Amino acid sequence: MRDAHGIQAEGLAREFKGGIRAVDGIDLSVAPGEIFGFLGPNGAGKSTTVHMLTTLLPPTAGTARVAGFDVAHEGAQVRSAIGAALQEAALDPLLTGNEHLRLQTALHGMPKAERRRRSDELLERVGLTEAADRKVRTYSGGMKRRLDLALALVHGPSILFLDEPTTGLDPQSRNALWTEVARLARDDGVTVFLTTQYLEEADVLADRVGIIDHGKIVADGTPAALKAEIGRPSVEAIPAEPAERAAVARTLERFGASVPGSPKGVAVRLDGGEEQLADVVRALDAEGLHLQHLQLHAPTLDDVFLAKTGRSLEGAGDDELDAESEPEPVPA
Amino acid sequence: MTSGPLLAQVVHLGRRSVLRTLRQPVNVVPSFIFPLILLAVNVGGLESAARIPGFPTDSYLDFALAFTFIQGALFATTNAGTDLARDIQTGFLNRLALTPMKSAALLLGQLAGVIALALIQATLYLTIGLVAGVRPESGVLGVFVIVFLGVLIALGFGAIGAFLALRTGSGEAIQALFPLFFVFLFMSSMNLPRNLIEIDWFRTVTTINPVSYLIEGIRSLIITGWDAQALALGFGLAGGIAAIALAAASIALRGRLARS
Repeated sequence: MRDAHGIQAEGLAREFKGGIRAVDGIDLSVAPGEIFGFLGPNGAGKSTTVHMLTTLLPPTAGTARVAGFDVAHEGAQVRSAIGAALQEAALDPLLTGNEHLRLQTALHGMPKAERRRRSDELLERVGLTEAADRKVRTYSGGMKRRLDLALALVHGPSILFLDEPTTGLDPQSRNALWTEVARLARDDGVTVFLTTQYLEEADVLADRVGIIDHGKIVADGTPAALKAEIGRPSVEAIPAEPAERAAVARTLERFGASVPGSPKGVAVRLDGGEEQLADVVRALDAEGLHLQHLQLHAPTLDDVFLAKTGRSLEGAGDDELDAESEPEPVPA
Repeated sequence: MTSGPLLAQVVHLGRRSVLRTLRQPVNVVPSFIFPLILLAVNVGGLESAARIPGFPTDSYLDFALAFTFIQGALFATTNAGTDLARDIQTGFLNRLALTPMKSAALLLGQLAGVIALALIQATLYLTIGLVAGVRPESGVLGVFVIVFLGVLIALGFGAIGAFLALRTGSGEAIQALFPLFFVFLFMSSMNLPRNLIEIDWFRTVTTINPVSYLIEGIRSLIITGWDAQALALGFGLAGGIAAIALAAASIALRGRLARS
């Protein structure tokens, strides 16, 4: 189903008991048919935002419209327009894949014949036809995620929410899910709101990215535009002899300011851009310094996160409120 | 696409609940076996109690059989509670909440598994009792009433389990409460008629403990026949517990499904 409205939020906030402000007045706009990547560390407020936008959790402030409907006052209409695969595949291990789909189609009020047709179609689309009659507890993580996606698509939603859909998946399962999500947006015009803590996922899949940290959106734009904002690439050198690390650092710092690198390496942001790489190599050679490794880093979304928050996204949420440990979605 | 009528939703969710119940033999089998083991132990150890003057029957098995229904129903509390708590913990409840499902359908469907289990339990206990020589004084119709009352008690206890699950969201919390429920059972007239309990405080506790009247309702059909007072108290309390627990569970569900 093609979406005509997308998602809009203004000043959306959720405060839990004890004054924890998991989402702190965010503004969002997701265009119809767009894949929007919502990127942030654990506990940044991604899942709470998804719960509010999917009507599972009432906002404590602000407004949001999904598919043209107000999430606070037109919950039933919002739910009929959206599909959601929330964090961790929400499945019953004692039911088969087929039984899951039959239940889901029945609860959506589909006629019996339509239920069977739709279930079979979705099982085939996510590659679970052969495993359809096996209990879900025998499924791998990737199979569970694919079934979760199929369940979210049962009623042909125009907007799809995917909350960290590839967490814990092997690369093959992850790529298969990316392909299907991209196909949904491209061929079916489905708007996709995808939360992730994986930079690569946002970079590969999303048309536009919003970066959230401590409940606030710190950056919003296309991946290319966000990286262009950061601008210059960095170069990292790992000396062949650890004793030469200080000398390598002194040489590199002639070309730009120091940035965090690997423990053994030295990295600087190149003031003059990647054209300086040849000068860097000549300078190191002139000093008689030998390198084990030299690498040019183009700006990444992690660099964007670093520039906006002062720290790297990798492991940024480890000491923060974990999304899963956020208070249960009960009214305040 | 419409949400469909409430009854259809109850049927679909009920089917899932029954399937899930029957696919957990580790949870289901103890609910059959333990009450029967306790029955065997009690009958073996307390048979001579039937010779106490004023004891309402000369067979302790006839007297004790009613208790198995209550103990079986207690398992319903735990099973219903832990199943629902698991749905909350895994996010399955959220998945259901995103469909046009009506809240009442979830609760009633969930309890369908409890009712199915209670029906099987009641049939099993009665069959074993009949094979062992129990002959209900209320006759064939009484057998059906015993099953009905047993199911009603299990429904009420199951609704208590559902309420606790919806309030706590934790299967472990439900399991932790199991011993507390057992205290209620043992502080009842399960082993002796209340008028034969000589310790005053214990007789007082058994008199104010509603579980005594649930047991006595079923017991009256086995050893007395059609005792209007015992049945009124048994059915009244079982129905009251079920109504209050269902209402409490409905309110808790509304809070848990805080969807707009």
